[in-house]
Amino acid sequence: MSFTTVIKPKNRLFEVDFREIWQYRDLFAMFVKRDIITQYKQTVLGPTWFFIQPALTTVMYMIVFAGIAGISTDGLPEALFYLAGIVTWQYFADCLNKTSSTFTTHQAIFGKVYFPRLIVPLATVTSNLMRMGIQFLLFVAVYLYYWFTGVQIAPTIYLLLLPLLIVMLAGLALGFGIIISSMTTKYRDLTILFSFIVQLWMYATPVIYPLSTMSEKRQALMALNPVTSIVETFRVATMGIGTFNWNYLIYSFVFMVVLLAVGIVVFNKVQRSFMDTV
Amino acid sequence: MTAIEFENISKQYRLGLVSTRTLSHDLNRWFQMNIRGKEDPYLKIGEVNDRAHRGESDYVWALKDISFKVEQGDVLGIIGKNGAGKSTLLKILSKVTSPTTGTIKARGRIASLLEVGTGFHPEMTGRENIYMNGAIMGMTKAEITRKLDEIVDFSGVERYLDTPVKRYSSGMTVRLGFAIAAHLEPEILVVDEVLAVGDAEFQKKAIGKMQDVSRGEGRTVLFVSHNMAAVRNLCTRVIVMEKGQVVFDGKAEKAISNYIAGQTYKQIHFPENSQVKSVEIKHINRNIHLKVKYNGDRIIKQPNLGFVIYDNYDNPLFGTNPINLGISDFGKPKNKGEVEAIISSPLLTNGLYPVSIWFSDGIQRSEDDTIYQEEKCISLEVENNGDLYFQKNISAEGLIIPIVDFKFK
Repeated sequence: MSFTTVIKPKNRLFEVDFREIWQYRDLFAMFVKRDIITQYKQTVLGPTWFFIQPALTTVMYMIVFAGIAGISTDGLPEALFYLAGIVTWQYFADCLNKTSSTFTTHQAIFGKVYFPRLIVPLATVTSNLMRMGIQFLLFVAVYLYYWFTGVQIAPTIYLLLLPLLIVMLAGLALGFGIIISSMTTKYRDLTILFSFIVQLWMYATPVIYPLSTMSEKRQALMALNPVTSIVETFRVATMGIGTFNWNYLIYSFVFMVVLLAVGIVVFNKVQRSFMDTV
Repeated sequence: MTAIEFENISKQYRLGLVSTRTLSHDLNRWFQMNIRGKEDPYLKIGEVNDRAHRGESDYVWALKDISFKVEQGDVLGIIGKNGAGKSTLLKILSKVTSPTTGTIKARGRIASLLEVGTGFHPEMTGRENIYMNGAIMGMTKAEITRKLDEIVDFSGVERYLDTPVKRYSSGMTVRLGFAIAAHLEPEILVVDEVLAVGDAEFQKKAIGKMQDVSRGEGRTVLFVSHNMAAVRNLCTRVIVMEKGQVVFDGKAEKAISNYIAGQTYKQIHFPENSQVKSVEIKHINRNIHLKVKYNGDRIIKQPNLGFVIYDNYDNPLFGTNPINLGISDFGKPKNKGEVEAIISSPLLTNGLYPVSIWFSDGIQRSEDDTIYQEEKCISLEVENNGDLYFQKNISAEGLIIPIVDFKFK
């Protein structure tokens, strides 16, 4: 039998062992399961919280932004407009928040046993899909209600893009998240800074306002935020109203791919030595 | 066949890069060190670090040029003081951190038990955690299912299998954790101080399992422990580490006495204002001579010299002091003098015996009555003790050579 494990000082920058990640697929499944079952254990309402959170947020937005501030909802029913934004944005924000603390929350276990670290953020992004799925059901329920009351809404052909939109959200969140988590192993200040940035980021994304109220120039500027086109495309795909632009969407996609590649390289580099700096 | 090969493994930590956790600290440090030319304000003070003097170098070698091979089926013990680099070595082996130089080559799967119960989630049940923990250690789901009964049986927590782990006692958690790792069937098992928790029955079970794993199944075990008795029972070979280097490599018994010898001081350094000036212990013929000289301000009425002599496994062999023995005549109170205890001891087998010393004025009534007190501050060297009674090269089991009159009829 020849040597099966060789431990060497440093690996090359782009040496990411994807085969190894595949070998640990059962662990990935376990992490996903753990994330889901532990989230609401010992809570009375359990997964009902998945509904309550977006429902209350929607009501709040309806009162504050549509009611008091009088911001346009693109002619869509207020509840649907906000829910569409919340479902997409919340998934992105949840994934980002969770993955960005990968190293710090798991340092106890990372310090004792080896497995491909990338499994953890990948599992986070996946387990959040369930939460998003439940929120999407809420969206569908409200959707059907308006449908039957005769509001003019209809899905468009872009609905086929839905899986891609979700992948893009996951990819962006994962990319940003693992870069942030790699940086925060050394500087904890950044955790505070980033959680603040994520809060503000929502206002730079058309969640509570439509892109269509802006001038062309402004819209292009807004589209620099890679999440913008995803939220807008989601509205167009499901309700036929919103701003759709292939260029913006392709930009977001390329952004995601580059970000993810950079993220994986950085993460991979940090995971080798983070126990020494955490 | 060689199971693991360590080649020139070194691990360097750069103090300057070890995080101070906040950006402002790092900025402040940079400012203090580079602009004002001061020393690093966040360097940990009070940490013993012989390897590099402060101010000379930012670098510390936690491990330096470690090279050795472990044969398949060996149970290799690694002993040494805190900070000797034992855990760093195991961390590198289990890929938690990477070495600065050198390579490790190993055959087969490495599972580490750097602390049992790693990755246990308190909210999840015992059963769920078995799967979780097994998966973390690289097992597939099918493998775990196959071994589930054995694991549950070994851990003895069957009744609580569907209870969240947070309701478990610490002993139960350890049992479960160890059971999973022991049934993992890795070719190489890395164990770091697991026997500290768990009751006697479980410790026996764990040691037995580790022996089975190495002898019966031909697997290799690396075992780090401060429990010398466990090391002696378990290990076929022991390496002693000191300041990041291997200083001894050989049989368990020898390694342990070598380590203990290195740990006890031959010469005691007293503080400047200490009234006790010297402590001496010698083995002359059958007797042990313990001598303490004192000189200072305090007039000592009852110079009470206590001692305890230990074996290498922390068990006290014997010890006493004059007050315990009912002695009341201590002579005239003096501020300067000498106490000598001539201990007529049983015949000890050759070796080094750590000795703790307590010197006080009478029975300790207040803090100041203790003049000198130090655990295992000196060691007693016993050589060729049996020669007086027997011919040379005698041997006996245990620590005491029995004097036996055999009659052959």
